[in-house]
Amino acid sequence: MASDNDSDEDFVTYGTPLEPLEEDEPLRKPVPLHEQTVKDEKGRFQRFHGAFTGGFSAGYFNTVGSKEGWTPSSFVSSRQQKAEKQHARPEDFMDEEDLSEHGIAPREITTSKEFSSSRRDLAREKAQAISALSAPIPGDTLLEELIAPARSSIGVELLRRMGWKEGQGVGPRVKRRTNRQKTARVYGCAPRPAGSEDSEDSDEEFAPENVTFAPKDVTPMDFSPKVGVQGLGYRGLDPGLALVGRSAPKHIDLFNLQSDRNSQLFGDKQQHTHRGGVAGQAFGVGALEDDDEDIYQRDALSNYDTVLGGEEPGDGLYGWTAPQQYTKKKALHRVTFYSVYLGKILEGFTLASKSAEEKTIFPPPSLPRDYRPVHYFRPVVDVSSVSPALADALRASRGQLVQGGDQSGGRHQLDSSQRRALLGETALQGHSSVMDLLRSEDRERLVNLCKSSNLPSSPVSGPHTTLPSPGALAKSSLSSRFQPKEVLASWPDIQGSQTFRPFEENPSKQARYDLYLRRLKQGDKDALEASLDPNMTEWEKSREREEFVRASILYRPSSSSLASRFTRGKHQEDDNTVEVSQDQEADVDDKQAAVTMKMFGKLTRDSFQWHPDKLLCKRFNVPDPYPGSSTVGLLKVKRDKFSVFNFLTVAGNLETPGTPFCRAAIIHLLFSAARRCCCTRHMITFPPNLHIVEFQNLKIFLEFCVHKKESIRKSKQGMRFGILPQIYLFF
Amino acid sequence: MAFPLPKPQAPQLPQHLLRTIDCQQGAVRAVRFNADGNYLLSCGSDKSLKLWSASRGTPLKTYSGHGYEVLDADGSYDNSQICSCSSDKTVILWDVATGQVSRKLRGHAGKVNCVQFNEEATVILSGSIDGTVRCWDTRSRRFEPIQVLDEARDSISSVKVAQHELLTGSVDGRLRRYDLRMGQLYVDFINSPITCVCFSQDGQCTLTSTLDSTVRLLDKSTGEMLGEYTGHKMKGYKLDCCLSGKDTHVLSCSEDGHVYCWDLVEGSLSLKLPVGKAVVQSLSFHPTETRLLTAMEGRVQVWGAEPEETEEAMAT
Repeated sequence: MASDNDSDEDFVTYGTPLEPLEEDEPLRKPVPLHEQTVKDEKGRFQRFHGAFTGGFSAGYFNTVGSKEGWTPSSFVSSRQQKAEKQHARPEDFMDEEDLSEHGIAPREITTSKEFSSSRRDLAREKAQAISALSAPIPGDTLLEELIAPARSSIGVELLRRMGWKEGQGVGPRVKRRTNRQKTARVYGCAPRPAGSEDSEDSDEEFAPENVTFAPKDVTPMDFSPKVGVQGLGYRGLDPGLALVGRSAPKHIDLFNLQSDRNSQLFGDKQQHTHRGGVAGQAFGVGALEDDDEDIYQRDALSNYDTVLGGEEPGDGLYGWTAPQQYTKKKALHRVTFYSVYLGKILEGFTLASKSAEEKTIFPPPSLPRDYRPVHYFRPVVDVSSVSPALADALRASRGQLVQGGDQSGGRHQLDSSQRRALLGETALQGHSSVMDLLRSEDRERLVNLCKSSNLPSSPVSGPHTTLPSPGALAKSSLSSRFQPKEVLASWPDIQGSQTFRPFEENPSKQARYDLYLRRLKQGDKDALEASLDPNMTEWEKSREREEFVRASILYRPSSSSLASRFTRGKHQEDDNTVEVSQDQEADVDDKQAAVTMKMFGKLTRDSFQWHPDKLLCKRFNVPDPYPGSSTVGLLKVKRDKFSVFNFLTVAGNLETPGTPFCRAAIIHLLFSAARRCCCTRHMITFPPNLHIVEFQNLKIFLEFCVHKKESIRKSKQGMRFGILPQIYLFF
Repeated sequence: MAFPLPKPQAPQLPQHLLRTIDCQQGAVRAVRFNADGNYLLSCGSDKSLKLWSASRGTPLKTYSGHGYEVLDADGSYDNSQICSCSSDKTVILWDVATGQVSRKLRGHAGKVNCVQFNEEATVILSGSIDGTVRCWDTRSRRFEPIQVLDEARDSISSVKVAQHELLTGSVDGRLRRYDLRMGQLYVDFINSPITCVCFSQDGQCTLTSTLDSTVRLLDKSTGEMLGEYTGHKMKGYKLDCCLSGKDTHVLSCSEDGHVYCWDLVEGSLSLKLPVGKAVVQSLSFHPTETRLLTAMEGRVQVWGAEPEETEEAMAT
């Protein structure tokens, strides 16, 4: 086996090989008992604790815990950090040995119960054996059996619960009498060996009438697809025949080979009395075989049927569950077709009852005579560029025409409003333009900017610090070094106050550059040449030319509207919104109506989410209703900043002349506001005749405040001391 | 032989004047019983706060330290502390025994109308004309309030605490109830400037007096009106209202010099107590007994159900 070393590599060896036996070697001394130690993978001694397995080697060198001993886990739980619940799993108390392959909780992949071969499904095995016979390599299902799960299915389990036993058929129990009738009828001349069914049957002749028996087991249909390149009906070497050595002359059924084979499988292995070993037609008789009477095939006519139709009851393919048409057909066609068709009917096939319909095949359509199998694309022609006659011709011929500029193109050239008009839809509700979304003052500013960008430019000392579009830069820097057309175009109009001085360190150069820019803006064609210093050398000039052109392109101002978009934020004050509590009520009028109707309740009640301070909750001995929240008070919403009405809502009752109570508050407010105004020497002049009587109507007062607010807003100081919060506070 | 059942007594009303105390501290802005009803506090317009014995009417202590007239005061549950508020925008926490100022809490932007301890006297709530209610911590030395309730759009006229709920009445005509446990703010629109709010003793109702000369009893949970009490005059002054000790009657000050007392359920006027000619500024009902304090001008009057009993007590 290991004769040549090359082939060794192809084998997989299991286990440790025995040492080569050498005859001359002196006998080894047995290992003394005290040296027979067992060590685990870490080299520590394993003591045998138990009777068979050696028990566990617990812990660290048969002590508890680890090298450091037990490390008790500390339990810490505080209010901030609650201790988590300890879920001790069994694995926590196991060491790596327990988790190893042979431990009590192996972590490695092992054969699961499902795949352990404990019980065998006999019916399945039979079916497999049948399919194995037809397989190209006989007996190759053995491999499958090795790895296939051997657990019986739930159906088998159920059947077993219902009283079914392996080897029995499924179905109602039958009387033995009929059963016997079916099976015992044998045609042909093959003598049954002794001790087979016949004897069984005769035994059960004594069975009482009312005793029923389980039906005979049937082989499940094998629907395995045909594999291999052998022809249909090919049978490989029958291992059963070969190994068991069937010697007895068998009944050969020409028409129903299957039944013959099935009876071999199902049955009655005990009828082969011969011992194992290769025997048969081709093999002859071994030296150790006793009998040699069947070396030669002796075929006799008596082995063949003399009656057409063969064995009548049940070919074994189907049991009592045989499909109806199968049995019917069999009965019907046995006479007709079997007599007509003399060939071998393949396993699993039956003769068709009626011949297949012939398909009508329609001829392909005949092509016209002048058909050319090439598609010809019509040329794309612009109508405006060709003569009208040609255009008409083209249009008539339905060629693809590029529409003229005045004509509206396909649907892709239409915009949404045009399409809407065509379809007759109504305009969408809402903002049709971005401009609508802007506030009025912003819109105005934008319009102004647009206007100003169209105006002729005012002279500006230097360019802006914005880059041109990369395309423009590439174009102008490459092609037109000395042709400042692009440069000119890129300086159409300049406005703004920002300057960029690229040649700051060299004043004279900067001056020349400024001059160049100025001329450029005036539209001077030879601005570059004129602005250069005539005293310079040609080399210097050429260099400066290049620099100037490049600088003027690089630091060209962007279109003013774009520039304004990016610089506006600097000059703008911060966000115009302010966070206001969300308790803005829906409608005071409705509530007033409800109050006058004395319908208190839902109509007059609002409820808001209110977040109390954590400390307040603690002081009140209540749990924080919103433990995770950091907000305190009402939730905030963004509102427009400079609106007094964020802070003040004029309740209806306050519009009436104030009560003494309210009036006091107003007086207080006005005087304190006036005092503050004087303190900052800011120009908020209250009317000189400011008295309570002037403010009988509170609304006037509020309007006054709003009016004044504008003037306050204009100055920073005004905002700093903040008259509005003051109004809010004291009103 | 069984005793006859005691005749169910009709709820008594404090209709007999037991005592009149001349406080000697200018106009009395507010008068309050302490927690057990044995003492009373009077807030004077001469910047002083005085502690009196309710049964004898003798002055016990004068607390001076405010910079302007004292507008409201409250005593802690254990009688160890008093808080008071004033027009000088401050809230002062007093030590009762020594009469010293233990905290002077500044932060309000206007005069402070009302002040209240919570149940355990750990927080002082003060409502001011600046529209805020400030929650001051009495436990720590912090000078900033724990929280500022600035939801009101106008002056806060009254603040009450019951367990975990704060009740504020504002001149903007809204009754606000802050539920600390639920984390909710309930706003009831009353339309008229609120002068005083109260919880009922069972904590299920709120009583609100407004400047349209109406006292309303609202259901706390739904905001529905359970009763409306009219007849008195409350047009311009910030006057008090209260419920009697067992929630049987509703009492309110009036500008016509009377204290009106209505039956809570029926809403009928059961007593019109003549206090004097001027405006009845403030009133306070005894927590357990049938006893009423009223403040008019510079005097505080103690009213009881039966005059004799107290005279006997005086005699003994």
